[in-house]
Amino acid sequence: MAIPLSYIARNLWTRRLTTALTAGGLALVVFVFATVLMLDAGLKQTMVTTGEYDNVVAIRKGADTEIQSGITRVQAAVIESHPSVALGTDARRLASKETVVLISLRKLGTAKPSNVVIRGISPHGLELRPQVKIAGGRRFASGSSEIIVGSSIAKGFEGTRIGSTLRFAQRDWTVVGIFDAGRSGFDSEIWGDADQLMQAFRRIVYSSVIVRLADGSDFERFRADVDADPRLTNELKREQIFYGDQSRALSTFINILGLTLTAVFSIGATIGAMITMYASVANRVAEIGTLRALGFRRGNVLAAFLIESLLLGLVGGVIGLALASLMQFASFSTTNFQTFAELAFRFTLTPGIAAATLAFSMAMGLLGGFLPAAGAARMNIVDSLRAA
Amino acid sequence: MSAPRVETRVEPRVEPRAEPRAEPLVEIHNLAKSYVRGEQIVPVLSDITLDIQEGDFTALMGPSGSGKTTLLNLVAGIDKPDCGTLRVGGLDITTLTESQLADWRASNVGFIFQFYNLMPVLTAYENVELPLMLTGLGRSERRERVEMTLSVVGLADRMKHYPNELSGGQQQRVAIARAVITDPRLIVADEPTGDLDRSSAADILAMMQRLNTELGKTIIMVTHDGQSARAAKAIIHLEKGEIIGNVEPASA
Repeated sequence: MAIPLSYIARNLWTRRLTTALTAGGLALVVFVFATVLMLDAGLKQTMVTTGEYDNVVAIRKGADTEIQSGITRVQAAVIESHPSVALGTDARRLASKETVVLISLRKLGTAKPSNVVIRGISPHGLELRPQVKIAGGRRFASGSSEIIVGSSIAKGFEGTRIGSTLRFAQRDWTVVGIFDAGRSGFDSEIWGDADQLMQAFRRIVYSSVIVRLADGSDFERFRADVDADPRLTNELKREQIFYGDQSRALSTFINILGLTLTAVFSIGATIGAMITMYASVANRVAEIGTLRALGFRRGNVLAAFLIESLLLGLVGGVIGLALASLMQFASFSTTNFQTFAELAFRFTLTPGIAAATLAFSMAMGLLGGFLPAAGAARMNIVDSLRAA
Repeated sequence: MSAPRVETRVEPRVEPRAEPRAEPLVEIHNLAKSYVRGEQIVPVLSDITLDIQEGDFTALMGPSGSGKTTLLNLVAGIDKPDCGTLRVGGLDITTLTESQLADWRASNVGFIFQFYNLMPVLTAYENVELPLMLTGLGRSERRERVEMTLSVVGLADRMKHYPNELSGGQQQRVAIARAVITDPRLIVADEPTGDLDRSSAADILAMMQRLNTELGKTIIMVTHDGQSARAAKAIIHLEKGEIIGNVEPASA
């Protein structure tokens, strides 16, 4: 049997100020690490929940986003009438021909302008997004200059309250409702009637066509037909994949920046853990000698100090994770590099992130503790006992 | 008190063994040990030959640097000689690997140190239990043994106390309990009374004498205090790494 855990844990407790300071250093790194992962997870979750599995987005070939895309009315009609497209309760195709334009609105508090997506949708547009619910006011009326705003827009931008008027495209638009899109990317958009918006912005082509598949497994056939049709220069993507792809550049940026910062900080925290563990070993030279004299092997001493450094890492990890979990209550908004539009999302803590964070923290502790523990295990018994 | 049964080849005053006896617990033959200090090799022990019988209580005396602690460390298996043979209980411990030696110490040697060397973060109970963690004993069996041993050393009511809540004498009694908990054949004590006042020292020595006479433990004690050495049955004097003789405790 090895050196008892109570001996290891109580040594950490005995030096609780040093332990707390070292664990605090580890916790800060863990906090940065966890929030980066949470930010990325939140971004991905937002973009994935923006899409419905059975929905298909058609855009112009070569375009990555709806902003860059253009679909003529003829092309839209061909896509909409494909037999794979489901029928709505009104016996018409479940499709929404949409136009997407960016406008600049002032942010609340800072008065800084930021790009916001204006989406013109067809009558089926809301039905195609079941996660979108009217949270206040009502739907816009077709053929009118009415708009509804996403919940993140309502919270973050000037002039977006129900009854307010926004002026863009040389028209005044009345806000008649606020919609909650279940923390998806649509929460950062403003929706109105597609035909009205196209007129106002003098557009003659749609940006995208969204359709619901009658049978989700029909996607490949649908795509093959569209590819083979000489009239169509369009590309089909499942809606979830389409939005997931749109978060890739931002996700990569967050990961590279965040993980680089974490890597640099972690060197400092690991060295901190190492200094603490060296001090721990230096303070207990006589104890190490005594344990060895009593018959504990080098391996037992090595294990005891490694477990101590793991525990130190675990304490730092738990504190850092607890701090990071508070970030779930905060939301974050930034410009999505691919759409150039404001996107609000939350820090999302998943069990995987919690596990990765604790493992990272314990790894820092272990790495910091390895050399001191190896040094403790290598000590000569007689020399150690002289330190008493 | 029985006559000293310690022999040495280098000291003519010591009577050679006259008749065959039972095999000694500790047999030392031509043992030598030196340390390297910088570029210098400093001999600490040279040509030590010595037998210690089972049940002996032997004091090693000598001035600082005479090699008495080194000799104790060698017999206890925490240091290795340069040459010579060292058999304890019939086993040549100089041939053991480090891990084998650790296991051997765990079951054969009990240690008592000048500064007690208790783990400050463990209670008296846990300190005494520590060597039992190296045995296969279950928790209840360990508890039974620890409680009994602490009662024997008169600390039944101090089991939950940490070392810093105990006096020096009490701490040394905990250390004695830790030394005997695994029922080793040999107990080594390095200046066990060196940090104690006269009254506590007398208690500790009396306790060690009881261990020797009542439980038959073989004890080797390093001391530079003549009064402490009188508790032993035999006293071996070392000087400059050599045994210069042994005397009856009464004349020490």
